[in-house]
Formats: sequence, structure tokens, C-alpha cells
Amino acid sequence: MEYLPNILFAIILVLGIGYFARNIKKLIRNIKLGQEVDASDNKSLRWKNVINIALGQSKMVKRPVSGFLHVIVYVGFIIINIEVLEIIIDGLFGTHRIGLKLLPESVYGFLIGAFEILAVLVLVSVIAFWIRRNVIKLKRFLSSEMKGWPKSDGNIILYFEVVLMCLFLVMNATDTSFQNLGHGNVISQFIAPWFGDNPDTLHMIERTAWWLHIVGILIFLNYLYFSKHLHILLAFPNTYYGSVEPKGKLNNLEAVTNEVKLMMDPNADPFAAPAEGAEEEAPAKFGASDVMDLNQIQLLNAYTCTECGRCTSACPANLTGKKLSPRKIMMDTRDRLEEVGKNIDANKGEFKDDGKQLLGDYITNEELWACTTCNACVEECPVSINPLSIILEMRRYLVMEQSAAPMELNNMMTNIENNGAPWPYNQMDRLNWKDE
Amino acid sequence: MSEQLKVPTMAEFMAEGKQPEILFWVGSAGSYDDRAKKITKAFVKILNKANVDFAVLGTEESNTGDVAKRAGNEFLFQMQAVMNIEVLNAYEIKRIVTCDPHSFNCLKNEYPSLGGNYDVVHHTQYIKELMSSGRLTIEGDTYKGKRITFHDPCYLGRANSVYDAPRDVLKKTNATLVEMKRHKGTALCCGAGGAQMFKEPEKGDMDINVLRTQDALETKPEIIATGCPYCNTMMTDGIKTKEKESEISVMDIAELIANS
Repeated sequence: MEYLPNILFAIILVLGIGYFARNIKKLIRNIKLGQEVDASDNKSLRWKNVINIALGQSKMVKRPVSGFLHVIVYVGFIIINIEVLEIIIDGLFGTHRIGLKLLPESVYGFLIGAFEILAVLVLVSVIAFWIRRNVIKLKRFLSSEMKGWPKSDGNIILYFEVVLMCLFLVMNATDTSFQNLGHGNVISQFIAPWFGDNPDTLHMIERTAWWLHIVGILIFLNYLYFSKHLHILLAFPNTYYGSVEPKGKLNNLEAVTNEVKLMMDPNADPFAAPAEGAEEEAPAKFGASDVMDLNQIQLLNAYTCTECGRCTSACPANLTGKKLSPRKIMMDTRDRLEEVGKNIDANKGEFKDDGKQLLGDYITNEELWACTTCNACVEECPVSINPLSIILEMRRYLVMEQSAAPMELNNMMTNIENNGAPWPYNQMDRLNWKDE
Repeated sequence: MSEQLKVPTMAEFMAEGKQPEILFWVGSAGSYDDRAKKITKAFVKILNKANVDFAVLGTEESNTGDVAKRAGNEFLFQMQAVMNIEVLNAYEIKRIVTCDPHSFNCLKNEYPSLGGNYDVVHHTQYIKELMSSGRLTIEGDTYKGKRITFHDPCYLGRANSVYDAPRDVLKKTNATLVEMKRHKGTALCCGAGGAQMFKEPEKGDMDINVLRTQDALETKPEIIATGCPYCNTMMTDGIKTKEKESEISVMDIAELIANS
């Protein structure tokens, strides 16, 4: 019976991590539904981006208030989680504060003291975040795509963090031996008196807080997959795979290049049979109408999006009341991808056509045509998400597969085809300005 | 324009067996749009003044395909690109300058993988170059002390991180440069990009160019400077909507320098 807590701990830990790993596997499978994309170039620049943008939060602080608060929560969360390491060792081996045995008292005290201060700072920041969302009601948290689950999700994360930080402080405050140590209880010493001095009660509260803390962390870990909060993990790969090209550069579709070359080649035989062993026929479609047509980086983008709405708050179309919201593009992509993933789960690993797709059922033509391709959303995103690339991919589908461009754009394109300018002027008049 | 502009074509250079220093890519707007043609001529005036050995493609130039690409018509874009690249490569073009940030971005970033590799610069970068090498100097005080605010074109600024060249050039006029709240990386689009220039906007509360014009008006400028023919049109329309056209003019940097 002596080892019961240890066994229980191990079971909870394995379950918690196991279920999370299962969902991460699912996430990777879903991302791989997308088209393959080569990102093997510029390795050093990509790592630099991870270090600056994800680790260093360089883009977060472009908006100083939320940036500063976020840095506190981010640093606090990473550093305080070192404590989790101790909790896991203690839990598995039945030790108590193993750190004290491994480190000099002063060092251990310094560490825990730092954690306690950070915990308070995180609490303050998280409360500030909650106020921004629920009391001040900042516009970017109130858009139409933020109703319902996204709104609750944002708040649930904050509640989780409040509870975890409080449990950590209570756990320290009620740990009599730790309090007697006199090192590191910089904050918890002030809370300790609240709990009286009955050693049994204190011990019980301490144990309860300890267990709830670790269970809470495991629940939070598993919550990530269902939440916008996945960014705490995916921000790192996402900034690695983010574009390293000038923002204005849009990819050239290779399938189109092949066809154009064929059309421009006077010696090409349009009826020729494909050469032996030649690449397979051109892909089934140009552009994207569903998540499987997007590439894997775009799908990773969708899972990484934490719905902060900086993109939307900088989008000229959105600012002037159009339906387009880059954040919604990302949220829709993730929602549809999840739907496809569940469909695959339900149909023994095969996707069964559900008569739905990203285009039309989630994202409307009106949204897509409102984009000015100005890259403001791309510039704003603190974790290198590119909503514009998805919009463009879907425009490509609309134009090249469905000929569904707005009429004025069709006129413009016809003009370019006929006379090499978007207006109906004669090509031979192109130099007339010289003499006007 | 009273003075005669010298605008040699590549064909003429070829006939003489010569290569120009640069090719001036005029672009569709610069060739046909009445407002943009003035920018084209102002830039040619600068090139003539600085004795730059340049050429244009003239009737051999065709639309870059940029706007078709952004509308989603990759076929049309690549057709245009391949045709233009054929002409440019036949003339062995090395360096291109253009007044249109959209052409600039497209030629610089999207032509290389289709076989068109050139050193492409925006006219504000080129003017800066001419100034630093001493080939172009500003003598007059036309704009001294005038309040000028510069609207960053998306395809010059965010798209290609060219923020300083236009500002450095503007400073040479001794004007007072005032920045809008949203500028450089956070500059607001004029509303013309992504093929919007050629269609009616979607339903909304207001037009993007009007919002951007408000940004500009907050700086109480005498002149709104741009470096893009489309931005110029949008901002000019915005100023008209705000009924400020008698007090504020919208001018391209090339025009400001040509007048200085």
C-alpha cells in the first residue's frame, strides 16, 4: 500500500501524456493531408526566425501592452514549469522536494523564490488579459468569428492559468517544512497564515494542492489540442516553416508552368503521348477548394493560429467593414480540417465525401474577393502565419477551375490577353505617352 | 510638356549595337493611364537630366501579369511572364527600373523562377542612387519647408521592405517630412492592390482609400507623396471625396524631384 500514490501518479502521468501524444499524432496526420511543400532551403535563416520570433517574441512586442503582458506569461509559464520536473520525480519516487537534496539550499530557495514571483506576475497579467477581453472588450476580440466557442476558449485558458498559479502558491504556503526553511517563500510566506497552523490540515491542503496542480497541468496539456492555445507548441515549427522570401513574392504554380511551356513551344505536339516514365498528368485541380488542396505549411498555420486577431485589426478590408477577416480564414481552415479528420476517424481511415468543402461552406467568395493582397495580416502575425497564401490559392481555384471571377476582373483579364494591358487600349499605342 | 523628352527604345539601341545602362519598365498604368503618364514623363525628365543611358521596350512591352496573378489567373500571369522574359532575354537586359511597385515586385520576385533574372530597382531607389553618385542634384527650393507625408505602397514597403529610399529622396527636397500614424510596416493599403483597382469593392462601411486619406489628413500635409501609380489614383480620389483637392496635392516622388 505504501507505493499506491506512486503507482497512481505513474498511471495519471502515462494517461495524460499518452492521450496527448495520440492527439498530436492525429494532428500530424491531419496536417499531412495537405500538399507536400519543400522548405529545406535557408536553414540558418529559418532557425534564426524560430529564435527571434518564437523564442524571442520579437513580433509580439510590436504592440507594447499585450506584448509585455504576453512576455510575462510566456516567461513565467516556461520557467515555472521547471518545477513540474521536480513534481514528476517526487511523484514517481515518493520523494519530497527532491530539488532540496540535489541543490544547495540557497540555490533551491532562489529558484522557488523566482517561481513564486513569476507566478504572481503571471496572475496579474492573466487578470489583465481577462479584463481586456471581458471588461474593456477590445474590438479585436469581439468580431463575429469570436462568438461562442472561440470566446469561451480564450477565457477557459485564462481560468486554467489562474487556477494553476494559485495551486502552486498554495502548495508552497502549506508546506510546513518548506516554510520553515526560510528560503524561497518570498510570496507564499504571506499566504501561509491564511491556512492556520494545524499540521494535519496543512499537510492535507498541501497534498491536495500538489495533486491538483499536476493533474491540472496534464488536463491543460490535453486541452491544447482542442484549443487555440496550441500555439504554445506550434509557434516553434510554424516560425521555422514560415516564409523566408520577400512578402510580395507569390509562388509560381509549377503545373501551370509546364502547360505554358508546352503552349509556347512551337515544336510541341499537342497530341503527343506522354513520354515513357514521364511524370503523372497535371494535378486534378488548380488552386484550392478544400483543405486537402492547401499545402502542409498552410494547415500547420491553421493549427498554430491563436486567434489574437492582430491580422484582422490591420486588414484594410476588415477595417472598412468588408466581410473578410484573415483570422476567420485561419479559423475556418482549422475547423474544416478538424471536420475532415473526424470524418477519417469515423470511416476507418478513409475520407468519405461529405458534400462539404472549405470554399463556400466555410469561406465565401465575397471574403476572398475583398482581399487587397497588401500583406498587412502577414506582417502582423506574431507567429508567421500567412492567411494571404490561402486566399490566393482559393482565388486560383475560383478563376482557373470555375471561371468565377467578378465580371470586371474577367474584363480586365480579357484585355490583358488581347492587348497586353488591363484596359482596352491598343498595344501599338503603348509608347504614345512620349509625344503627348 | 514643352521640352522634348528623349525616350529611346531597345530596338533602337539594338540597331546601333549598344546596350543601355538600364531598361525603364514603364508598365501598363505608366503607359496608358493619364495620371500615371505624367509620372512616367517626370521620371524620364529626371533620367534625361542625369544623362542616364536608358531605353524602354515601347510597343514590345506587355503587362507583367502581376494583376492577373493576384486575381488568381496563374495561367495568364505565366503567359505574360514568359512572353516578356523572351523579349527581355533577347535584348540581354541586366538591369530594370520601374515606377510601378507592382511591376517591381513581380519582375524582381516572380520572374526569376520562370527564367527572367534581372536586377530590378524601384524608381525611388534609382533616384537615390543617382543622387548619391552625384549624377542628379536638386538645385531649386520648390518644396522647401512644405509638409509632405509619404504613403508607403504595399508592394514597395511590406512586400519588399523598401522603406528608406523614398524617404531619403524626399528629404533632399528640404521638405518637412511628416509620418502618418500607420507607416512603413504598418502602413494601410490604398485599396487598389490584389486586382481591387479593376473592380468595385465588396460591400462595407467605407472605401479603403477614404480611410487611408483620413490617415494622411491627420498629418495636415500640403502634399501626399506616393511611389505607385495606383496609390496615386486612390489617394487622389480620396482627397476629392474629402473635398480637399484645392489644398492638398497627391504627387509621385518622381514628379516632386523633377519639379525641384
